[in-house]
Amino acid sequence: MSSVIQVQRAASLSRMLAWEDVKQAYRRSAIGPFWITASMGVQIATMSVVFGIIFKTPLFDYLPFLATSIILWGFISSTVVEGCMAFINAEAMIKQLDLSFFVHTFRVVIKNFITLGHNFILIPLVMLVMLHPVGWQAILFIPGLVVVLANLSWMVVILGMISARFRDVPQTIQAAMTIIYFITPVMWQPSLVPAGASHWLLGLNPFYHLLQLLRLPFLSGVPTLENWLLSLGFAIAGWLVTIVTFNKFGKRIAFWV
Amino acid sequence: MSHIIFDSVGVDFPIFNANGRSLTSRVLEVATGGRLDKDPSGHVLVRSLQDLNFEISNGERVGLLGHNGAGKSTLLRVLSRVYHPQAGKAKIEGRITSLIDISLGINPEATGRENIFLRGRLLGLSKPEIEQKFDEIVAFSELGEFIEMPVRTYSTGMHLRLAFAVSTVVKPEILLMDEWLSVGDESFMHKAEARLTALVDSAQILVIASHSRDLIEKTCTRAIWLEHGQIKMDGTASAVSAAYFG
Repeated sequence: MSSVIQVQRAASLSRMLAWEDVKQAYRRSAIGPFWITASMGVQIATMSVVFGIIFKTPLFDYLPFLATSIILWGFISSTVVEGCMAFINAEAMIKQLDLSFFVHTFRVVIKNFITLGHNFILIPLVMLVMLHPVGWQAILFIPGLVVVLANLSWMVVILGMISARFRDVPQTIQAAMTIIYFITPVMWQPSLVPAGASHWLLGLNPFYHLLQLLRLPFLSGVPTLENWLLSLGFAIAGWLVTIVTFNKFGKRIAFWV
Repeated sequence: MSHIIFDSVGVDFPIFNANGRSLTSRVLEVATGGRLDKDPSGHVLVRSLQDLNFEISNGERVGLLGHNGAGKSTLLRVLSRVYHPQAGKAKIEGRITSLIDISLGINPEATGRENIFLRGRLLGLSKPEIEQKFDEIVAFSELGEFIEMPVRTYSTGMHLRLAFAVSTVVKPEILLMDEWLSVGDESFMHKAEARLTALVDSAQILVIASHSRDLIEKTCTRAIWLEHGQIKMDGTASAVSAAYFG
């Protein structure tokens, strides 16, 4: 079988499995996967009221920021956390079928992408209600998304491998993502960071750059050259490390799960 | 044309105990300066298969004999290209169809219809191929209207009939099985028997692990007797089964 057909098979198989994962969580419920949208909507509404009061920012300014940030951060964070289980959860399949390992990692990325799709509906809704203008630069979301997906894809492969071998890693990553959530400007605006500290707190945090690529296009801003270059560099370096690791240990995954 | 060549194949199974599997023990090893390095890698290796040499050519029907833990399942997994041997070379030419767990991929919450597609896709069929065979699968499984119901509402027999009906529509080159599949009640069993026999006959190579003398002597042309991960005997089905079953 030619490798093009194999890649196509793997892609379509992982797409089917990802949809199955989304449906599975909401079978027998009346509104189905729109629970994703509904619970995200309620979360954003509550948080924006509370933090709007605490930070004393006007709602029409804060709500669009918070809505885009939480939705897009949720996508990044849950892909990373679920990525740790990519191979562990696929044990039965791995031990019986000679499938490409990318079926299992793409499955996680696509599943989270579908979830993002459900939440994404809220962004134009919030913009509309808050009368927040969205300009031409919104189109930059698409290349930004490509770069973020390139990054998440390697993270899932390598985290999935390490987690299959060392079973403490999923818990560690989950805890780490909670910490990163607080040190990354998701709930609070980056402009609140004093100029002197911003290099350390924001510049060195790759997740900050990834998040900027996704959300700035909706917030009447344009991602900086620094955002683009660091995110791209992170993707290239990450894939290099992942490919080397996978070539060395990929054949051991079936023994680890 | 399918072909299998094993050249001194060995498979070691790493057993990670609670300590070996956690990252901290790795870190501690370094921190304690190797004083606890009686077992430096920190895990036990089970030698599951050792120095296997054999060749299976197109048309052969091979039975795997051996007691529990002799390495039959591990060998089937190497043949499925799931386990890559650490030692030697396993050359496997041909498309693999594994009927070791015919329920793999079946989701109890999904309907029979959805599961036909799920299971079929995992067997390597494309969507149009499944659509084309869909009616035949439903007819064979005798599920009727139940095909639109979630599989969790099925009886065990219905569940197995569905899994069997989908799993046997493939056209295998190399067919791997762990014991003969027998499903359903009296009347279904005959039908299933005929279908499975036809499937086995159409395969270019069959490798089946079994504890049944009857099956080995009836279905296989050749048998391999495994003991402690090594080949104890390799010969015609009748000769090996006579020696094994005594």
